[in-house]
Amino acid sequence: MVFADAGAHEPVARGDEPGTWCGQCGLALADGDHAACERRGALDPPRFCVHCRRRMKVQVTPAAWTATCVAHGSVERTTWG
Amino acid sequence: MTAQATGTDILDVAREQVLERGVPLTQEQVLEVLRTGDERLQDLLALAHEVRMKYQGPAVEVEGIVSLKTGGCPEDCHFCSQSGQFTSPVRSVWLNIPELVRAAKQTAATGATEFCIVAAVRGPDAKLMEQMREGVAAIRAAVDIQVAASLGMLTQEQVDELVDMGVHRYNHNLEAGRSYFPQVVTTHTFDERLDTCRMVKESGMELCCGGLVGMGETLEQRAELAAQLGELEPHEVPLNFLNPRPGTPFGDLEPMGTGDALRTIAAFRLALPRTILRYAGGRELTLGDLGTRDGLLGGINAVIVGNYLTTLGRDPREDLALLDELEMPVKALNETF
Repeated sequence: MVFADAGAHEPVARGDEPGTWCGQCGLALADGDHAACERRGALDPPRFCVHCRRRMKVQVTPAAWTATCVAHGSVERTTWG
Repeated sequence: MTAQATGTDILDVAREQVLERGVPLTQEQVLEVLRTGDERLQDLLALAHEVRMKYQGPAVEVEGIVSLKTGGCPEDCHFCSQSGQFTSPVRSVWLNIPELVRAAKQTAATGATEFCIVAAVRGPDAKLMEQMREGVAAIRAAVDIQVAASLGMLTQEQVDELVDMGVHRYNHNLEAGRSYFPQVVTTHTFDERLDTCRMVKESGMELCCGGLVGMGETLEQRAELAAQLGELEPHEVPLNFLNPRPGTPFGDLEPMGTGDALRTIAAFRLALPRTILRYAGGRELTLGDLGTRDGLLGGINAVIVGNYLTTLGRDPREDLALLDELEMPVKALNETF
């Protein structure tokens, strides 16, 4: 698998707009089939910011995950219930 | 001598040897079990379950794990997304102490008796040991749960420090059988791993030592892992199924088939009749819901609940409901098998 080079891109402030990049593989959502990425998402937190495709710092705990993009902030999801 | 060589059936041999006499299968016998066909799988699982019930009882040990230091590891374990040597998207991150305590509390709320703190390192440095000292003390002050640790290779001084902190179990996997290990890791040796395991055992801490299957090893090498774990006599064996991680050397391998995985569980139970055998990483991908149930009725008597270090697990309520349905009580704190 080839990952996007997130560091090569400037941050894009998109607020609550839907993302442009796949959180799993870091490639453009408009390009190619991301069905496998979607399936992987059931057992994998996102690794790339959907707004700027920077690699995020992801902390997984037993009951949740938090993914932080240096430009676009953090997303936290509870995985229990 | 193998069952095949004497014209006997390996499951009949295992029933008499392991179930009735409590003598573990040898490496050659484990290999025979791994070579049995799908038509024998239900009989094999039923036998492994009988062995588990006789020597370990119906209780299941429940554990949660958390990554204190994620990513950036200098080692090159080919299955691991946390190695700094691969193009894995996992970035380095540290968990702070309040979050560590919160995770321990959440784990304890499931009825779990074990909480394992893990760091992706070759071995702990002074900063990590200080974090551990602070974190273990904070957990022990706030949560009624046993604290375990997995921090890579240790010196004797570090083993002593962990004992002093109150860490009661230490995880250090063999990962693979000796003959396959160089295909999995090149930055340290199998013997270096054994050294840490032996120091842990001698310290009085419980040793948790298992490995991964489905990494491209042969059945012979899988049987070798079971036998080498048996020689080490750990308190617990966590059994991981490869979850191929993007960007790692094993990232393009296919996940193991369910039948193979279940046969492996049963074979390991017959090789380790008195050892806690835990479902660890990869079970959701490899076994799914039905396979998880079959494994619990085929030799498994411990589970990791919730998420793993970098990947997600099942909702603990699903696992707890399954244990309830199977009439397998969660092991109580300080209860021994």
